[in-house]
Amino acid sequence: MLIQSAASAGTNPLAGTAAGWMWAIPLLPLLGFLINGLVALTSAAHFGPADPTAASHAAHGDDDGAGHGDAHAAHASTRHRFAAVTSIVGPGVLVAAFLLAAAAFLAMRAVPDLSAPFVQRYFSWMPVGDLSVDVAFRLDQLSMVMVLVVTGVGMLIHIFSVGYMREDPGYPRYFAYLNLFVFFMLVLVLGANYPLLFIGWEGVGLCSYLLIGFWFSEKANADAGKKAFIVNRIGDFGFLIAMFLLFANYGTLDFSALQAQAGAFVFGGPLITAIALFFFLGCTGKSAQIPLYIWLPDAMAGPTPVSALIHAATMVTAGVYLIARSNFIFAAAPVAGLTVIVVGALTAFFAATIGLKQWDIKKVLAYSTVSQLGYMFVGVGAGAYVAGIFHLMTHAFFKALLFLGAGSVIHVMHEAYHHTHRHDDAQDMRNMGGLRKHMKVTWILMWIATLAISGIPPFSGFFSKDEILGTLFSRADGSTLAQAHWLGLPGTVVIYGAYALGLAAALLTAIYMTRLMLYTFHGPNRTGEQERAHLHEAPWVMTGPLVVLGILAAVGGWFNLPEIVTRALPLGPTGLLEHWLDPVVGAGTARVVGSGGEVAAGTEGLLIAVAVAIAVSGIAIAVTVLKPARLVPKAQASPEQGFERVLNNKYYVDEIYDAAVVRPTYDVSRNLLWRGIDTGLIDGLLVNGSAWLARLTGWIGSQFQSGQLGTYAWVLVLGVLLVLGAFHHSVLP
Amino acid sequence: MLAESLFFSAVLFSIGVIGVLTRRNAIIVFMCVELMLNAVNLTFVAFARVYGAGGQVFVFLVMTVAAAEAAVGLAIIIALFRHRHTVDLQNINLLKG
Repeated sequence: MLIQSAASAGTNPLAGTAAGWMWAIPLLPLLGFLINGLVALTSAAHFGPADPTAASHAAHGDDDGAGHGDAHAAHASTRHRFAAVTSIVGPGVLVAAFLLAAAAFLAMRAVPDLSAPFVQRYFSWMPVGDLSVDVAFRLDQLSMVMVLVVTGVGMLIHIFSVGYMREDPGYPRYFAYLNLFVFFMLVLVLGANYPLLFIGWEGVGLCSYLLIGFWFSEKANADAGKKAFIVNRIGDFGFLIAMFLLFANYGTLDFSALQAQAGAFVFGGPLITAIALFFFLGCTGKSAQIPLYIWLPDAMAGPTPVSALIHAATMVTAGVYLIARSNFIFAAAPVAGLTVIVVGALTAFFAATIGLKQWDIKKVLAYSTVSQLGYMFVGVGAGAYVAGIFHLMTHAFFKALLFLGAGSVIHVMHEAYHHTHRHDDAQDMRNMGGLRKHMKVTWILMWIATLAISGIPPFSGFFSKDEILGTLFSRADGSTLAQAHWLGLPGTVVIYGAYALGLAAALLTAIYMTRLMLYTFHGPNRTGEQERAHLHEAPWVMTGPLVVLGILAAVGGWFNLPEIVTRALPLGPTGLLEHWLDPVVGAGTARVVGSGGEVAAGTEGLLIAVAVAIAVSGIAIAVTVLKPARLVPKAQASPEQGFERVLNNKYYVDEIYDAAVVRPTYDVSRNLLWRGIDTGLIDGLLVNGSAWLARLTGWIGSQFQSGQLGTYAWVLVLGVLLVLGAFHHSVLP
Repeated sequence: MLAESLFFSAVLFSIGVIGVLTRRNAIIVFMCVELMLNAVNLTFVAFARVYGAGGQVFVFLVMTVAAAEAAVGLAIIIALFRHRHTVDLQNINLLKG
């Protein structure tokens, strides 16, 4: 292939191995996008546009706009006639990409002590003046992990989607978007410089927008897509400013070139802190952190597999990846690191409290995602890049599992309602209950994911969450973060505060997840007498990926076992991921750790015991306090009172933003920019004003043309006299 | 001799100018224009006596033009009168913008 350029050949031990084919990993989903996109267009030429209105969607609509987008799955009559092509191509390209990624991974493992990244340069993209940006992919240990997560989890979700979306008339369009998303996500994680990463960053945002508004014929869904897009623009502004600052001061945007200059960064200086903070602003948008998290819960308007892939497992973790990728910047800016910790911890706690009181099963998971992303940011902010990426990975497993499980539940609920022609909310947990009798596999798998996210050993979430909290605790002593000050507070105090918030959020996580499980799967069934007969397990094409994810969610902790565990039990190698990522993030971590170190083994054991006790007590509290038997279906439920109501309404943050930002923006746009500047100044004064001025001067000129010869003669004579007088004065002094 | 001639022609020219400016009858305005032309002719002739015959050649040129102008101008005035039954310039403002 011509893009196998000579620039990298022969220099890296990976050249010539399967890793040399890494350019094909993103191109495969792009190919899938083209094929599925063509299929989607073909049908439009024959059957009219693949428009969701064709799905008699209105007949199944209910009043909960954003919530019930999934009320679609079963319409045998409207299945796309080329659905079979899409069913093969859509997941097929992901399987191929995953196999390729796995081959590249094996090739990387085969090279001993691989430290230099494998960079493939394809062509020069922006050679402008001093700025030179190449289209180049960079395969190192970090991007390898991300590629495996994206293609692996993505592949499972693609397969699940076949079962979930097959009956939708927009099926090929759905897979076209999903494939395009994977392409951009792979560009994001493989890009060798910030601009290329930014292309992926924007591309996944676009696909997120397209897929949130997939059922765009309903205004709430289209609005949710727009909200996600616009909120993300605020974050992208920060990303762009950070890139500008980097280029203006260091003259390059390439990861390797910047990392080579990392020693020249002024430690804790205002410039590097500003760059890090602007990058973090971008992260708060893409990864849904305070104050820009508001789009993610609304993003649940999209199909559930989309929520699983984009809004839980991959895209929203791009911010975590960005910080881990920029570890050499953040390691030099302890104040920015503390900011990341504070924002992450606050988000983890804040979102968890909202999750306590949501009734929509997907909304609970959405706030749970926001909360878990907060944990990841606490990790990467504290310089525990390995722990952050580790939690990213395990979270991808168990949260994708939870979302897909919820998808199965919604699918089944909707089918049951469809059979009996009842219009009710298929996503409200008050309408579920007792589903474990009907969906045994989903029930067991979702319990595994719940235990994992709650941090119960030996499930994966326990190891990753514990590593984040444990590392954070150890940073309170001696690290550069502890010595820095954040808004006047000593770093140590900030870190202990964040640790306390993290523990509190862990308690809440266990509570709201148990609540979700109890209300959905336990207690009596509230779906309805007739509907109950139609409840059954989802087809194998949906449960199959769930089983794989369930295994990963259960044993994912094996990828990075802490020493304290391996010393006691011979479970496997210690810190596999830590050793793997060391060439990428090791230097950054070491810089953050400074003179600090690990906590003593006894303290570490105590911390683990506390974390586990908190998780167990969270589950115990939920089991004892919550009474699924007393719950009534949504239609008969009375509104919440007091603080519960505040939580149910998400602290009214949307309303506050609406009053503080959206309305003033509207008012300024309408009254000042539109009526004032556009209509008044531009149209009125400048456009019509200049026309009026021309007409006025014309009118004045025309008044001299009286037609009276006498007047003309007078003017002529006076003019002559004037000229003669002037001549007289100038020539004859 | 030259001074007197020039003074006389200046007086004639001024009479012509005043006539053009003040009179309303197109014929009289026309005749005043002729008067001005002839005042200039007188100046030419007077200067010709001092500086050579070049000025006299100009006089013939002006007289020729004046004759042509008289023919055209009177024709216009007649046409105007036929059309409007007046030669009062205040009633004629076809050039109004």
